[in-house]
Amino acid sequence: MPEPILVLDKLEKHFGGLAVTQQVSLDLRPGEIHALIGPNGAGKTTLIHLVSGTLRPDAGRVLLDGRDVTRLSLPQRARLGLARSFQITCVIPGFSALENVALALQAGDGSSFRFFRAAHHEARLNDAARATLDEVGLGARATIPAGALSHGERRQLELAVAIATQPRLLLLDEPLAGAGPEETERLIGLLQRLKARCPILLVEHDMQAVFALADRISVLNQGQLIVTGSAAQIQAHPEVQTAYLGEDEFA
Amino acid sequence: MTASLLMLQLLNGLQLGILLFLVAAGLTLVFGVMDFINLAHGAQYMLGAYLAASIGGALGSFWLGLLAALPLSLAFGLALEWLVFRHLYARDHLAQVLATFGVILVIDEGVRQLWGSAPLNVPQPEGFSGGITLMAGLTYPSFRLAIIVAGLAVAALMWLVVERSRLGMLIRAGASNAPMVRALGVDTGRLFLGVIGVGAMLAGFAGAMAGPVFAVVPGMGDQVLILAFVVIVIGGIGSIRGAFIAALAVGLVESLGRAMMPELMRLFLDAAPARQAGAAVASMLVYAVMAAVLAWRPAGLFPAARA
Amino acid sequence: MTRLLRPSLLLPLLALAALAAAPFLGFGDRFALTLLSRAMILGMAAVSLSLLVGGAGLASLGHAAMMGIGAYVVAALDLAGITEGAIAFPAAILAAAAFAGITGLVALRTSGVYFIMITLAFGQMLFFTLSALSALGGDDGYTLYGRNTFLGADILTPRLSFHFICLGLLAASWGLCAMLSRSRFGRVLRAARETPLRVEALGFSPFPYRLLAYVIAGGIAGLAGALLANAMEFVSPAVASWPRSAELLFMVVLGGVAQLPGALVGALAFVLLEEGLAHVMSAWKLVFGPLLVLAVIFLPGGLTGGLPWRRRKQERRADA
Repeated sequence: MPEPILVLDKLEKHFGGLAVTQQVSLDLRPGEIHALIGPNGAGKTTLIHLVSGTLRPDAGRVLLDGRDVTRLSLPQRARLGLARSFQITCVIPGFSALENVALALQAGDGSSFRFFRAAHHEARLNDAARATLDEVGLGARATIPAGALSHGERRQLELAVAIATQPRLLLLDEPLAGAGPEETERLIGLLQRLKARCPILLVEHDMQAVFALADRISVLNQGQLIVTGSAAQIQAHPEVQTAYLGEDEFA
Repeated sequence: MTASLLMLQLLNGLQLGILLFLVAAGLTLVFGVMDFINLAHGAQYMLGAYLAASIGGALGSFWLGLLAALPLSLAFGLALEWLVFRHLYARDHLAQVLATFGVILVIDEGVRQLWGSAPLNVPQPEGFSGGITLMAGLTYPSFRLAIIVAGLAVAALMWLVVERSRLGMLIRAGASNAPMVRALGVDTGRLFLGVIGVGAMLAGFAGAMAGPVFAVVPGMGDQVLILAFVVIVIGGIGSIRGAFIAALAVGLVESLGRAMMPELMRLFLDAAPARQAGAAVASMLVYAVMAAVLAWRPAGLFPAARA
Repeated sequence: MTRLLRPSLLLPLLALAALAAAPFLGFGDRFALTLLSRAMILGMAAVSLSLLVGGAGLASLGHAAMMGIGAYVVAALDLAGITEGAIAFPAAILAAAAFAGITGLVALRTSGVYFIMITLAFGQMLFFTLSALSALGGDDGYTLYGRNTFLGADILTPRLSFHFICLGLLAASWGLCAMLSRSRFGRVLRAARETPLRVEALGFSPFPYRLLAYVIAGGIAGLAGALLANAMEFVSPAVASWPRSAELLFMVVLGGVAQLPGALVGALAFVLLEEGLAHVMSAWKLVFGPLLVLAVIFLPGGLTGGLPWRRRKQERRADA
């Protein structure tokens, strides 16, 4: 079995007396989409914060490529290859689509403490940015300010920004939220192509999309990981049905 | 330093702190509830001092002057809200800072035109002209004690209103989550008007009370405004409790610093340079305290809004 | 050639050209030149401030402190008998940059309105320190022995020469800030201003970028302060007073926060209006104050941001 890229090792997080993350362990292997699902309030958002470094766990470890990154901040983890998208699309509205991606490329291309050359004339960054935009299907919209793109296009742009950093893994927080049926279709196709580049930890509400995309699925409920398995295993798992449907249905 | 001198400085610090609280309370409420930063608040303090001094002088009674200054301050605050402030609530802080800076220019110059540039002399209020002997070797002016008592009474009243009444509940809710209050169907326009009015009246009250103690001059509001900013930043923007504690702390640091720094510097320097260095360090002290607090807690001691 | 015709370049180039031509178009008398040099010096400080406000989103209400340091370094050296500009000017720049670096370490930990207030507090701290410097006159200020010379050459005293030195340094400051905000460095700054979370998720920590911008802007303001001391041959704590900081911020906003050339235009408009009004009436602030309020309320995009109809057109284009 290939070495996992990301390992969560017995993560714990409490807010006051409330345990929102309990003994959560999972891993992400090269070439896979690993989906994280769970009912509202299961602790998915907290787990994303713990993975990306915006929250520190009370106990447990986060390993990136075998390296312990538990105490590193979001920018530090980003530099080690963790790229993430946000539940509420997070692009730079005043920048063109091209410049959004160029900034991401700039992050992985030597120092940004460069003062003399106009950044928007750097052909190497611009060419690579255009290629990345083509890859996510935004090539024709390169010069439009991100703030003027449609919702689905901003989602695509955010993916372009994420992959432009040549990440080791992608952490996607509900990339399909708010997308129309057509856009969802397009984004699913895009995600399927992207997993060849780098593995994806996917948090998503759209169950159909999750079952279509994910190689493995982990189910979180009340801060605990109930089960990890294939789509078929998950659908058949009694505890998952309980968690999602409520116990009354089975009584 | 003798015990009586120390006591005197403590009382002076307390009295300055109380005045600062009266100014800062309005500032922090306005900021907390409306997300509005009002530089002209110091000018409203100055205006209170001038109104009380000139009306009191004309009528021959400080207390009548004070009584007249309160509704006038309130009316002036409401007029400013209607003319200027309400056009700025939706704008960013930078625009608010600059527009209210323009208001300061007008008020400062207006005061200068009406009353001249020379300091106004305010006699000690009738009934409070003497001093009270607090301990051997310490006689403290009774009016300054009155300021402390009145300020504490206002603080207690505000605490009651803010913590115990329905209006206070709205104000607190507004300070931590303004959109929520709007969503509940509260008439925020009236709430804002009320908060601005009360803030202006408190500032006017502080100015009126400060008249007999400090010099009544154009520009007296600037100094107080900036100290009040220090207070609300240390206390945490939007927090009355924070403003109260920080105001007393700033008042004490300011007076004790001015009194003690030159002596402290004597340990390292000769008399003349010690006096000078002491004065310089003392005037920087509150700002250093603020920088230290912010370096430690970037949102102040008691941040009102919990995101 | 077409690049020169873009409004972002055209407007400041026109302004600089007008300043260069002014002495020969009937504005060569003492009063006009004094006024213009004052406008250019404050313009330099405003340009550096606009790198912070427009470029990095850092609305400092203590920028006059940097000018104060520059001016007082010139005064302190003058007191020590050093009038060589080749020493005084670099010293003024370095001292202001160092002050910016130290205060920036604390101030940049905060953001938004806290940043506005803490920069105000640092400015006041400096103001009181300057007021307590009795060797340099305390509150009353200090009159220079004379203007700085450069390698013995008295180039700052002839009015026309001083005019063009101010103009050259203003153009250079503008060029530097324009170059910085277009560079990779400036791109990170602008991105961090709009969406800090995205920038951090890309692996940038905004702090060092902001600190460096703060130091550079401080250095430029220090240079402006040194020039101001020479222009007036006098320094007083008023150079570093907080209303001055507010005025600088106003110039930036008046010109239009979004673009660097705005600061240049804003500074010229501000100083000329202020001095023009003061020339006509003594209570000029009664007119100037309301003008400022009206400008903020009715010109949210600043002078170069255009009139409301023009903005609407741009928005439509962005939506298309």
